[in-house]
Amino acid sequence: MVQQGTILHNTGFAEPARTRMLDRLWEIQNRQRFISDTDIRRLAGEFSISAIEVEGVVSFYHFFHRKHAGKFTIYVNDSMTSRISGYDRIIRAFERETGARHGTTDATETFGLYATPCIGLCDQEPAALINFHPFTRLNALRIREIIAALKKGAPVETLCDEPAAPIRYTAGERPGIFFTAFTPGDAVSKLKTNSPDTIIGALKTTKLAGRGGAFYPTWMKWQAAADQPTGNKVVICNADEGEPGTFKDRILLQKVPETVIEGMTACARAIGANFGLIYLRAEYQWLQKPLLELLERYRNKKLLGRDCCGLKDFHFDIRLQIGAGSYVCGEETALIESAEGKRGEPRTKWFFPVQRGYLQLPTVVNNVETFSAAARILQHGVENYQSYGIERSSGTKLISVSGDCRKPGIYEINWGTTLRQLLSLCEAEHPWYIQESGPSGTVLSLDDLDVPIAMFDSMLTQHIRCGGALTIFSKNRDIIEILLNYADFYKKESCGICTPCRAGNFIVERKLERIRDGLATNEDLDELRQWGRLMRMTSRCGLGKTATNSIETALKKFAYYFESHTDPADKRLNMKFDLEGATADYEAYKS
Amino acid sequence: MNKHVTLSIDGRTILADEGKNLVDVAAENDIFIPSLCYFKNMDQPLGTCRTCTCKVNGRYGPACTEKVREGMVIEVGTEELKDMRKALVEMMFAEGNHICPACEKSGDCDLQHMGYELGISVSRFPHLFTDHKIDWQARRMLLEHNRCIKCMRCVEEVRTDNGKRVFSYQNRGNDTLVGIDYEQEALLSTEQAREAMRICPTGAIIVRGESLGKPFGQRKFDMKSTRTDFIPQRAYAKSSETKEKKRIATTSLAGCFGCHMSMLDIDTELLELVELVEFDKSPINDIKKFSGRCDLGIIEGGCCNDENIETLRAFREHCDILVSVGECAIWGGLPAMRNQLPLGECLEEAYLNCSTNDAETALVPYHKELPKLLNRVYACREVVKIDYNIPGCPPDAQHIWKAVKNLLWGEKFSILYNEFKYD
Ligand SMILES: Cc1cc2nc3c(=O)[nH]c(=O)nc-3n(C[C@H](O)[C@H](O)[C@H](O)COP(=O)(O)O)c2cc1C
Ligand code: SF4
Ligand code: SF4
Ligand code: SF4
Repeated sequence: MVQQGTILHNTGFAEPARTRMLDRLWEIQNRQRFISDTDIRRLAGEFSISAIEVEGVVSFYHFFHRKHAGKFTIYVNDSMTSRISGYDRIIRAFERETGARHGTTDATETFGLYATPCIGLCDQEPAALINFHPFTRLNALRIREIIAALKKGAPVETLCDEPAAPIRYTAGERPGIFFTAFTPGDAVSKLKTNSPDTIIGALKTTKLAGRGGAFYPTWMKWQAAADQPTGNKVVICNADEGEPGTFKDRILLQKVPETVIEGMTACARAIGANFGLIYLRAEYQWLQKPLLELLERYRNKKLLGRDCCGLKDFHFDIRLQIGAGSYVCGEETALIESAEGKRGEPRTKWFFPVQRGYLQLPTVVNNVETFSAAARILQHGVENYQSYGIERSSGTKLISVSGDCRKPGIYEINWGTTLRQLLSLCEAEHPWYIQESGPSGTVLSLDDLDVPIAMFDSMLTQHIRCGGALTIFSKNRDIIEILLNYADFYKKESCGICTPCRAGNFIVERKLERIRDGLATNEDLDELRQWGRLMRMTSRCGLGKTATNSIETALKKFAYYFESHTDPADKRLNMKFDLEGATADYEAYKS
Repeated sequence: MNKHVTLSIDGRTILADEGKNLVDVAAENDIFIPSLCYFKNMDQPLGTCRTCTCKVNGRYGPACTEKVREGMVIEVGTEELKDMRKALVEMMFAEGNHICPACEKSGDCDLQHMGYELGISVSRFPHLFTDHKIDWQARRMLLEHNRCIKCMRCVEEVRTDNGKRVFSYQNRGNDTLVGIDYEQEALLSTEQAREAMRICPTGAIIVRGESLGKPFGQRKFDMKSTRTDFIPQRAYAKSSETKEKKRIATTSLAGCFGCHMSMLDIDTELLELVELVEFDKSPINDIKKFSGRCDLGIIEGGCCNDENIETLRAFREHCDILVSVGECAIWGGLPAMRNQLPLGECLEEAYLNCSTNDAETALVPYHKELPKLLNRVYACREVVKIDYNIPGCPPDAQHIWKAVKNLLWGEKFSILYNEFKYD
């Protein structure tokens, strides 16, 4: 029997009403431009929870506002790639044209102007979202035109850009894996001839590993879920892509979303799931409509729904869940919490998602690229996949390249390509500081040029295990500014429930400020290293564990930079103290 | 009957029920694993505070989210792990604003107790001094955000009879705090409200009228450790060796002289002190200038103005060993309550907008002879290198005297449990 307050899908899968919390909040935010106390009380009544719990959800996500956010809400990307392409100028131009100060609305509440971390358009910065429609390659003139048109009443959707999907390179001479032709059914049609065991076996042979950054063997995850007792099971596609500098999942969803849907369907078949969920980050809302339409087409073609893909008793359908602005919701258990309509707080490791995930059911969470690759393996076979890449790292990898280079965009490289080759492909002229896998990854310098990008290296030497982003900075950029930008990001994006991450990121930022202000000694650098290690060893989820990766590796790779930014401590006092700075506030009262 | 498993903790072989929580298993075997958020066997432990971090089969992780399994190898007592856990508790002190002498929970507080057990005299991290509020709007309780460590106990445990939460996290990142639902709070019975205060490991939840201070000696963690593996400290006999006379300088910066008063509490041992020590610059003899090199400098109070900075620097220059005595010197203490606000706001409230001021003539004092106020109160260790810290508000007289004797003449000592306090 279906309980009251549940939503039943045509596959027989039921979800409690609470799972629609984010959808309900979006409705209110979109209509009214903020969420009022009355709304909160009403929702509390609707879901039979206390108002403070609803408020806790609202205040967790930065796209929900408790004050009016303007009829047109503008979000400008404030990540590093935007900072180096004129962020300050863009903010000033928006302020001038709209009359709204950064972080507020104008007096008439027509425009609200806010900053947000990476919106996944690093290949066409400076970029912004207005009512979640994308605007790319902005400049002051363009902003003047846009705002004037909006004031005249032009609809946003007629002004916005269709973001380009620059695929710059696909595995050299050969067609590559991810962007070859694909018509709906190309992968799922193989389900009729492949048993669940064969599907998992194919993944095992190709050694496909999670492309969300952790490289966990995909077949092991699917097998573990398949081994759970039969019953309701769930497949989730992680399309939260929040790691600054990463936009490969966006390109896949723009260009070949069919492969993602079919990869999920294959997973459902393999593990015996009857429900699927795509968790799409709010920044990609402009992809919502095409995705919903595509899902509908799949249903019409009977590739989703009851007895789908021509398989009797195989019921599977997919729901699209839009996030609401939170990086940590990319962490799989936080994502599950968020999809259940709660705060996006990562769970403990007491249970794994394959045991108890979404709604406490066995759940597989995989990245967009992982599902896409799985579909391609089904479509073209194991041998084709294995003919790319190197030993122990077969296949190709999508890398989002941005920053100081001439050709930002997506590069589908063979595993084993060296950093030097990639930098030359994207025409990076003066690379100096290179961030791989975004802020949570590591820092590379010119010493690493000949290191191959690989999951596992056959020769067991060094390799770069790149999760999907390569952000290039030239000598004109200041390392401490980059690290401070990342620290600020983590300080705000930490979910805040465990001590080392919540307090640690804040403390680390203070320390970096000391370096910036010329107050740091070598002792401060040592402490940074120790505290980074502490956070890595004791944090609850990957966010806190990796937040200091770039600091720790930068200290190693750019030791000379930090040496030139610190002094040996004063022997007499053993400490530096800026007395003039500390009394400056008081000097204001000198009459 | 439950299946038994064999595991090893720090090399000891232990027999336990399979699937039982590691923290409990360790406690049953008299192995102390510090913990703050964990408090009873829950199916889904909270795992928020991370102070039970240990090594399980070679990997770092919190003990509270481990179910014991056959053959598990656990490390608890390595120096590295001890230091990590200590660092995490220090982080909580640096993150909140903990003024123990003014706290209703002092002596009954799990966080403070953990500080004692781990021997924290100073936090290695800079105090953040974020501006936290005190929420007084609920009917029966106060929520003191300065003291909350976001352990999640109240969020998970405190519910009304119809199952609704009374507390829930708000915001995220460094702005995370625990919010209270006034409507639901009003539905709690007195007993349920008391229970909320009881399960809170800090003084963040205070029930009105229930928090009358208990006198020292009657509180939970006053006199002796609650650890089952506690090794009592030894009292050492007085050494009879003749001691060389030493020079000491002392000062009170932004402090209340309470620490100096406490030093006088060593009673008859003052006679010994006078024999053994010569005072250089100190308020005790009112000598204003250093007359030479000193063996030891004792600093009470933090730095709130430029004169404090000069004095502190002079102490560093003239003293071989420098000791911060008391909470104010160690991290700012009571005067640092102003650190949560900009200096301008404090001055204008005190000198311009205060109701007892005459609006016409009010002004913020500024004169070249007056010391210049700093933008915030600084801990001594932010200005010069401090060699040792003696906590307390004020520290116990015996604690100070024992430490001084050790530093000057190498006399063996141990600080008794009841001498190491933050209030
Ligand atoms: C803070 C944090 C953010 C993450 N963000 C993403 C993300 O945006 N997309 C993603 O696919 N995985 C992300 N992950 C990794 C997921 O937790 C999870 O490992 C992944 O979705 C599993 O899929 P895969 O095995 O296909 O990589 C993130 C992890 C952490 C700790
Ligand atoms: S590491 Fe950070 S994001 Fe992860 S659970 Fe802890 S506070 Fe939350
Ligand atoms: S007694 Fe506990 S809660 Fe109160 S100030 Fe001290 S440490 Fe904080
Ligand atoms: S109020 Fe107390 S119980 Fe609740 S989270 Fe804070 S410290 Fe924990």
